[in-house]
Amino acid sequence: MGNAHKTYRKRARRLYRILIVVSVLALITAIGAFYFYEDGNGPKGNPEYSDPLEAREVGQMEKSIDSVSGFIQAPGLQETITNCTTCHSAQLVTQNRMTKEGWLSTIRWMQKTQNLWDLGENEPIILEYLATNYAPEEKGRRENLEVVEWYVLEE
Amino acid sequence: MNRRKFVKKTTLVAMTGIVGCDIVFGSVMPEGYQPLSLQDPDPFKLFDKDREMVVLNDKPWNMEAQAHLLDDKITPSKYMFIRNNGLIPEDIDVENWVLTVDGESVKQNKSYSLQDLKSKFRHHTYQLTLECGGNGRSEFNPPAKGNQWTIGAVSSAEWTGVRLKDILEDVGIKDDAVYLGYHAADLHLSRNPEKEPISRGVPIAKAMQDETLLAFTMNGEDIPLVHGHPLRLVAGGWPASASGKWINRLSIRNIVHNGAKMGGSSYRIPCDPVAPGEKVPDEDMCIIESMPVKSLITYPKSGAMVSEGKKLNIRGHAWAGELEVKKMEYSIDFGSTWKTCILEKPTNRLAWQHFSVNIDLPKKGYYEIWARATDSKGVSQPMLLPGWNPKGYLNNACHRIAVKVV
Ligand code: HEC
Repeated sequence: MGNAHKTYRKRARRLYRILIVVSVLALITAIGAFYFYEDGNGPKGNPEYSDPLEAREVGQMEKSIDSVSGFIQAPGLQETITNCTTCHSAQLVTQNRMTKEGWLSTIRWMQKTQNLWDLGENEPIILEYLATNYAPEEKGRRENLEVVEWYVLEE
Repeated sequence: MNRRKFVKKTTLVAMTGIVGCDIVFGSVMPEGYQPLSLQDPDPFKLFDKDREMVVLNDKPWNMEAQAHLLDDKITPSKYMFIRNNGLIPEDIDVENWVLTVDGESVKQNKSYSLQDLKSKFRHHTYQLTLECGGNGRSEFNPPAKGNQWTIGAVSSAEWTGVRLKDILEDVGIKDDAVYLGYHAADLHLSRNPEKEPISRGVPIAKAMQDETLLAFTMNGEDIPLVHGHPLRLVAGGWPASASGKWINRLSIRNIVHNGAKMGGSSYRIPCDPVAPGEKVPDEDMCIIESMPVKSLITYPKSGAMVSEGKKLNIRGHAWAGELEVKKMEYSIDFGSTWKTCILEKPTNRLAWQHFSVNIDLPKKGYYEIWARATDSKGVSQPMLLPGWNPKGYLNNACHRIAVKVV
């Protein structure tokens, strides 16, 4: 085996390494960009994204439902689980849609009448989480009927 | 960009790769936390409920029926909605159960064992319609808070017990009596024994009605635990929260009872109508008394496809709180025309009434059958949502089902 061949192999290996590094970087950038884009146009930018059903469809990773608590997975989830699921289940929370002001007044009501503690520095985190992920949607005065299943009626 | 989230996500992706299965939720699982499916009993078995019942909340337990489940003339327990404000009492000691009657307006405090109640007073049976004040809440806009009931938080079972007025006569109440407040054995969600989850009641006039019972039997059997065993106050036609479960104390008050869930926006609506979403000060809220006129098509189930030229039979129930329903109509053209249904008389006051009709659907296509009841004062159900209120009570908008002629 000649030197030329050795140098060739060395070069190939170096090139190979660079290729890996470049593609990994590209992948990270792509994922990063994806999340960046999602953040910009997601919960904060577009209120429609807060519908849990839709959220389940839009990017499983971005708005998946935490299978243990039933809450939408998003920043503030842990604080919300810790403070909002000891008395009642998350279902009482996730059924509801409120503005930030509405969520705050619900928290104040529970603090005044239901023994809810002072949430301290977690309050803004929880409020942001709730107002972002469980925001109201315009429903109008009467919605269309939703038919779960059409069936042949035998009489 | 949220760095924490990104790191968490990528770590998870890596972990998923290693474990080879979906652990997307792994990062948020607190230590020692068991998935609900493992720690919770099957609510349908636990409460002997039909599997088509819909669980709104598993702590506290809240469950509603669907329209087609409520087809029976007398609601069986398996289709009866569950509304809990707190935790169901854990040990009920029937042998040593004591009902105490006290308050500012009793001549003297008095206590009764269950046996006393059953043996000292005459028994009465009535079919009584109980509807949650928040039934239909899910339709309000802007959304109202609380459990998002659709249409299934109503029942009409047969209750047997003693008349509240017989007991109050036996105790002796003063002239200044205004309100009856109940106290019960359920536990506040915070598990603080000092706090009551709910302590509501009725004005003395309602307490003195023949049909207002302290019941121990439902549909001929012991009241199921979740519905108030061993003793339930039943005040038909009023928000079901007035019909306290697991009753162990009645207070005869010389003021409007001020127990838990009697104030604020709980079971109260603006005294004067407000615009949707308006803030209403506490002092401008009034306690809900009689429930409004309403009806439900219980047959067929929405989504029926029928052959062209065939008649469609529909049936259901109608009720009107303290009043009687005097007219029942249906429309197949979104309210452009209304035709009358056959409407039965109630079994007794405060029981729901049954209606039925044979409908002609003129041609192929999609229809909605809308049902509209009118009470004895001439007040009908609205087709759109009635007046908005902060907690979304009293939605008595017309029920409708979808039907296709094929
Ligand atoms: C100390 C006990 C406790 C804690 C902790 C608690 N809640 Fe509640 N919450 C209650 C009680 C009691 C109710 C009334 C339940 C009922 O009537 O079914 C309630 C009701 C609610 C409701 C329905 C409101 C209504 O008007 O019916 C929402 C929404 C809610 N809680 C959200 C939250 C959120 C968000 C948190 C965390 C910040 C939280 N809860 C933490 C006790 C608590």
